Amino acid sequence: MKQKHLKALRVIVSLFFLIALAFIFVDFREMISTAWVHRIHGLQFIPSVVNAIAVLSFSAVGFIIVLILSLLFGRVYCSTLCPMGTLQDVFSFLSRKLSIKKRYKYTRPMNIVRYGFLILSLVSLVFGSLLSLYLLDPYSNFGRIFSDLVRPGVISFNNMLAGLFERLNWFFLYKVDHKGFAWREAAFPIFMLAVVLWLSIWHGRLFCNTVCPVGTFLGVLSRISVFRINMDKVSCTQCGKCSAVCKSSCINIREMKVDFSRCVGCFNCLKSCPSVSINYKLSRPEKKTVSPEPSKREFLSKSWIYLIALTGISKRSMIRGERSAEAGPITKKYPVSPPGSISLVHFNDYCTACHLCVTACPSQVLQPSFLEYGFKSMLQPHLDYSVAFCEYECTKCGEVCPTGAILPLTTEDKKLTQTGKVHFIMGNCIVYTDETSCGSCSEHCPTQAVRMVPYKDGLTIPETHHSTCIGCGACEHVCPAKPYKAIYVEGNPVHRVAKSPEFEELEETKTEEFPF
Amino acid sequence: MKRRDFIQKSVSLGVLSGAAMALGKTRDLFASDAIHHALPYDMVAIKGGEPDVMFDKAMASLGGMKQFVKPNQTVVIKPNIGWDTTPERAANTNPVLVGRIVEHCKMAGAKSVYVFDHTCNEGTRCYKNSGIEDAVKKAGGIMVSGMSESYYHPVEIKKGRNLKNAKVHELILESDIFINVPILKTHGGASLTMCMKNLMGVVWDRGFWHDNDLHQCIADFATFKKPTLNVVDAYRVMKRNGPRGVSVADVISMKYQIIGTDMVAADAAAAKVFGIEPSRIKHIALAEALGAGTSKLESLNINRITLQE
Repeated sequence: MKQKHLKALRVIVSLFFLIALAFIFVDFREMISTAWVHRIHGLQFIPSVVNAIAVLSFSAVGFIIVLILSLLFGRVYCSTLCPMGTLQDVFSFLSRKLSIKKRYKYTRPMNIVRYGFLILSLVSLVFGSLLSLYLLDPYSNFGRIFSDLVRPGVISFNNMLAGLFERLNWFFLYKVDHKGFAWREAAFPIFMLAVVLWLSIWHGRLFCNTVCPVGTFLGVLSRISVFRINMDKVSCTQCGKCSAVCKSSCINIREMKVDFSRCVGCFNCLKSCPSVSINYKLSRPEKKTVSPEPSKREFLSKSWIYLIALTGISKRSMIRGERSAEAGPITKKYPVSPPGSISLVHFNDYCTACHLCVTACPSQVLQPSFLEYGFKSMLQPHLDYSVAFCEYECTKCGEVCPTGAILPLTTEDKKLTQTGKVHFIMGNCIVYTDETSCGSCSEHCPTQAVRMVPYKDGLTIPETHHSTCIGCGACEHVCPAKPYKAIYVEGNPVHRVAKSPEFEELEETKTEEFPF
Repeated sequence: MKRRDFIQKSVSLGVLSGAAMALGKTRDLFASDAIHHALPYDMVAIKGGEPDVMFDKAMASLGGMKQFVKPNQTVVIKPNIGWDTTPERAANTNPVLVGRIVEHCKMAGAKSVYVFDHTCNEGTRCYKNSGIEDAVKKAGGIMVSGMSESYYHPVEIKKGRNLKNAKVHELILESDIFINVPILKTHGGASLTMCMKNLMGVVWDRGFWHDNDLHQCIADFATFKKPTLNVVDAYRVMKRNGPRGVSVADVISMKYQIIGTDMVAADAAAAKVFGIEPSRIKHIALAEALGAGTSKLESLNINRITLQE
């Protein structure tokens, strides 16, 4: 293959992954099968690493492939597989087309920042919190942007089209209500989108070379990669054309050197060189590294301070989260984590808050949390029964989860997975306060853990059975009592196995004659 | 929405044609009203057969679907598709019956036959797993979603006591013919769910009903729009844990079907089939008091058919 074709190949592969990943994060109609969802996100670095730790198996090999690729070819991950990388390329492409920013130039690496963010992510990982990693991880940020911000737009557009087609008697599209958008959960994705947009327009791939821990980590590997970008010091005329197209600002024309740790492997420079002096080939790493070592070491020590500060913040906010829950008359001690997440601890440990399950959840009961799980697990999804309830027959969230925070369940197991337990407050119940019929809760209960029993004057009132309750929240969601619900689900910190609901055999009654 | 747009479009095409369309519609409405008086029976009760066979026989005795559906009319069928369960669980109306009703409407010359429900479980799963989507599509009908509030438009219920306003699905407001196809089963709050209770699935805010005396609201809404025809499916009947049920153990085979134009009467008959006196179900008496129909079955001309198995 000719070197100038490398860019075309990169563009094709990157657009495929960008579009495919964007699609699974806005796919509110479950159009893509879960097998394909896994193929599409299988090579994403952070979820793959987390999955390998969560399930302790080699079933998650995506990240190993990425490591090998990086050792061979440098940070090609950043320009092909990473959707956040390609998204930035799209932004900078548009900015060039709109003549906002036409040329790039070499800048010195911001080692303090990039190694700082990397160390921050790694150290927090050691201490059992993914927070700083998943707030910086490009895949999870991309997921949050598309699931939380783009998906509502896609649904609105779908509804508009569905409305138009409906008039033509076409019903292949149908309207869907997007539920549960909240500014406080959307604030972080909006912030990250703004950061990425700004940086990509004015500074190319500066995000990948300062903020992104994956970029920095793969950058360390690419220092020793087999194939590298090189400049031929003899034939180079120092015209600067390569440097002007370099989104990573890593081509130093004066010294005729490429800082390969920052090169994202976009191959734009190869095409730009009039004297074919810049090329991509098998090469030995240079002994002298471009990055100044002292500052790296300096930052290592500083990052400890950041870490200590972070843990301090997390403790304080957790206390605040618990207090706010006491305000209403229904006080919940624990949030409800998705079925298959085993326990709050398991879920909080392995969820990177990419919100793929939020998109996939057909009832939209899975919503991004704010501080329900505490600061160190912010934005991780929880079952929000004010929005909807967990579908009895559905196992979607565990099927799509890329990190193993939610493990896949069979339908049979799911139906017996107790994520929480029902609690009834008779004082709030309509049957008690108004003395009229209701039965909304029992009507929706799939296991009849909430059943209507005789009350008075022919009325029936709910009776709850903890052993068969699975905590799906149908009762809580539909309870019409105002202002306070009469029935709610308290999360199980550790999920349990519910008893299978059993009832006696019915007798077949054959009526010979019409009863009227 | 659609009717309004349709008329607007017609006007833009030409005042003459627009007027003709509008007149055509009015005439159809009068025509279908007139037909009801000519029915040979007030109600048909049939037992002992498969759902489609019972429907065929019962309709034949009423003079066929052409008694209700005129060529080129639009029809909306409202089965119970509330739950993500299989037909054997009898939480949803029998798919074979729904499919057969669509076929009858198409054979009578209906322009479009729409089927929808405001489901309790997630809509696409209910449509699929109930078997109703398949059956309707095979029969040439159109499944329409009821999942978004934007399908529902505010109406006034003039005779309502507690329920004076509701948002009703546009298909109910726009279609020429409305066929109500509930399944008979128990209900924790409403005792039994039949014709009148089934209409909860054409409104958006059901919580209001539960919060404001469920039985009264069911009766109130029965005065809003009288279905052209009601078909109560009592082929498989959920005897307990309704309306969702827990397993097939809640279901027995009864093989009944009740067809009539009066929801109150059909509900009274269905209650008796179930084995409960209609007087014990509050919304039947309340609806009767509001003039929605009669529960005095002895005053009706009922055709009782027993099929030999």
